[in-house]
Amino acid sequence: MVELTVNGCPVRMPVGATLLEAVQAAGVELPTLCYHPGLSPYGACRLCMVMITRPRRALVASCTYPVEDGLAVETEAPEAVTARRLALESLLSRCPQSDVIREMAANEGVTTSRFGAPPPERADELCVLCGLCVRVCREAIGAAAISFIGRGMERRVGTPFDVQSDACIGCGACAEICPTGAIQIEDRGNKRILHTWNTTVELHACPECGCFFAPEPTSFLMDMLPEAEEVWALCPACRRRLAAQRWVEQGRLLFETRSNYECE
Amino acid sequence: MRVHTRSDLESLGAVGLAAIYPSRLKVSVGMATCGLAAGAEAVYRTLHDEALAYGLDMTLVSTGCLGYCQVEPLVDVRMPGRGRVLYARVTPERARELIAALATGELPAEGALATIPEEGLPPLEGLPSLEELPFYAKQHKVILRNSGWIAPTKLEEYVAQGGYGGLARALELPPQAVVDEVTRSGLRGRGGGGFPTGRKWQTCRDAPGAPRYIICNGDEGDPGAYMDRTVLESDPYSVIEGMVIGGYAVGAHEGYVYVRDEYPLAVERVTQAVSRAEEVGLLGKNILGSGFDFAVRVVRGAGAFVCGEETALIASIEGGMGEPRPKPPYPALQGLWGCPTVINNVKTWASVSAILAHGADWYQAIGVEGNTGTVVFSLVGKVANTGLVEVPLGITLHEMIYEIGGGGRDGKAVKAVQTGGPSGGCLPARLFHLPIDYETLTEAGSIMGSGGMVVMDEDTCMVDVARYFLRFTMDESCGKCTPCREGTRHMYRILTRIVEGQGTPEDIVLLEQIATWVKGAALCGLGQTAPNPVLSTLRYFRDEYEAHVRERRCPAGVCRALIQLVIRSELCIGCGICKRECPVGAISGQNKKPHVIDPSLCTRCRLCHDACPEGAIEIVR
Repeated sequence: MVELTVNGCPVRMPVGATLLEAVQAAGVELPTLCYHPGLSPYGACRLCMVMITRPRRALVASCTYPVEDGLAVETEAPEAVTARRLALESLLSRCPQSDVIREMAANEGVTTSRFGAPPPERADELCVLCGLCVRVCREAIGAAAISFIGRGMERRVGTPFDVQSDACIGCGACAEICPTGAIQIEDRGNKRILHTWNTTVELHACPECGCFFAPEPTSFLMDMLPEAEEVWALCPACRRRLAAQRWVEQGRLLFETRSNYECE
Repeated sequence: MRVHTRSDLESLGAVGLAAIYPSRLKVSVGMATCGLAAGAEAVYRTLHDEALAYGLDMTLVSTGCLGYCQVEPLVDVRMPGRGRVLYARVTPERARELIAALATGELPAEGALATIPEEGLPPLEGLPSLEELPFYAKQHKVILRNSGWIAPTKLEEYVAQGGYGGLARALELPPQAVVDEVTRSGLRGRGGGGFPTGRKWQTCRDAPGAPRYIICNGDEGDPGAYMDRTVLESDPYSVIEGMVIGGYAVGAHEGYVYVRDEYPLAVERVTQAVSRAEEVGLLGKNILGSGFDFAVRVVRGAGAFVCGEETALIASIEGGMGEPRPKPPYPALQGLWGCPTVINNVKTWASVSAILAHGADWYQAIGVEGNTGTVVFSLVGKVANTGLVEVPLGITLHEMIYEIGGGGRDGKAVKAVQTGGPSGGCLPARLFHLPIDYETLTEAGSIMGSGGMVVMDEDTCMVDVARYFLRFTMDESCGKCTPCREGTRHMYRILTRIVEGQGTPEDIVLLEQIATWVKGAALCGLGQTAPNPVLSTLRYFRDEYEAHVRERRCPAGVCRALIQLVIRSELCIGCGICKRECPVGAISGQNKKPHVIDPSLCTRCRLCHDACPEGAIEIVR
């Protein structure tokens, strides 16, 4: 364990933890966009900037900085506050349509951006390039279907050559994790259309009720699950119904075999 | 032949010595990229054909760069018994005359730049020696010690100049002693950061985990800088030798030379050098009979400026996108494939081989306390002498610009110098008394960087300069972190407004805020230094910004939107040259009568201004 202070409060953290975790443990909230506890730290949005005041002053991104014994961290140092505000001001200028960014900026006292509007072709931009979708796809799902393309202002996320991805399993984790709702996914009939990735996957139909409920490319998961395939081939509603039926049957069986039913 | 022992090295060196100093006439042509760009290839071909035609008994070789790039193509003629002369700005025509003269046993004086003094050769009357030329007088060559003097890929010649003496010595020492020697020399990273090389090596050596790796960073991308290119093109073995020494010191058996693909000649020469070193056993298993193995691979960079940043470079070697990652952990602990890695610049490696050959004390005596050794700068811009300059650390900017550089070009006053490439800062003439060292330059708002030095004169608009460099860093930003991606773009937009005469005083305030933010909050070193051109020009040339936004005036007369071209009728002789030059037909007037420019058509391209034989066209600021 290492001991450090956050805004003067002592905090004990395990070795390997980050400053952001220490700040959160101290009950202080910092805005973040590219951070997710389940994914590797990335340090791109630069929103979680804090000031280290001991042993020497340094403005750092708390999500990637490891805790050290004796560090003193100030979250409200003027440099840190300015850095957070300017980052939000620039993101507000990039994505003026994003409610999430507007709210985040307002929380830090930023309501307008002096940076001007985005160019017309990017007027409805919602992506802040936090990279959560890229990392969740690679690290958590293991598909690595999307990645960054281009550099500087041309940087964006996409599938290779912007065409239908063979690697995408249509799980939708990217859309789920996206903080600004920039990823468009729609289920239409037996298709799941991942508009943002120019990719469409087939949906699996429930053999019981016929409803479409899971992307076909995820069916390999069935082999990895403990129960027999027929259970997992069902949609969640049918699966629940089946489970309930079994419970009822088992209960009846139990009741019939024991004339005097005792519940323990 | 395989080299196993020191005596094998000596016999290899003897072969090289005979090649460098043959008993017959030898003509060397500088054919690094600078020479080739100046037409060295045609000169070489002419020399070859003419020598054949005359039946001249002569050795013709292509060498690397001597540093004085402005006067390329350079031809070095060595005539045993007569002397040795360096000819400058040689054209095929001059080459023909030269061979004709040489055929009569004469060393012509025409076109001669200097004599190269050499033991056993008589001195030549009336010619300065090379070291006396102002351009060379203050230089001290360590990194560029062989550059231009040997055939770059001839291992024998490198060995003849003392090459591989450093490795031979290192392999006789325990590895820790090699690290200590480098630490004691005071060598600091020549890629720009200036981190003590010995300390980096020690960290890597002490780091748990194996294997370890050595990387040579040759991804030089600064506009106007070509030091690393020259070293790789002109003396590749000095770098490879340094890497083997580093590998031995930290316990690595594999090294990578990362060169950008825009340097085809450097890639070619370093690749050749690697295979030649493998051939004789100076790379591979059991080097010099020491039992130490080391292999080198050449990796070509695909041309992203950001790959010069060490973590991005490592990602690129691994096959990933060239993007920096946060540090710590530093590469010395977790580098290539997550293993301890020493990554140093080309010039650092070339210094290492010299340090091990001559000892730490020798190196320490060069330069000043805390900043020992030499640095290479590419001195370019509005300065009389341009080229590659290697100087001991601690010499002043004044010595650099006025003594070596010869001051402003065409007698113009030098206004500022930009050190450290696109992410360096612009220092004003009143600070030219400052010594060139890592700390002083950083304190003054610039950086040592990898060694670009761009001189600017009175005709340079500092706002325009800041915008030029911002354009570069904006285009080259990888886009990963918000401050660098968004910040450089907004700074560029503001600077564009200012040079177009649309700027406001609030713009300057916002510009300064964004620049300070990017410097403090960007993820990697490149982002953190990207605002330096803005911050340093705001610090030293704020009056120029103010003139742009408050008076709508560009004091240097550069920004097109803020100047007007006017023909002074009392000077105009009505020759009509300006009228012919004008691409938009904005100039009218009768023959032999004063002409006039229509400001509504004029695009301020200045072609008329540059063409007017009478200097009658004035730039109204």
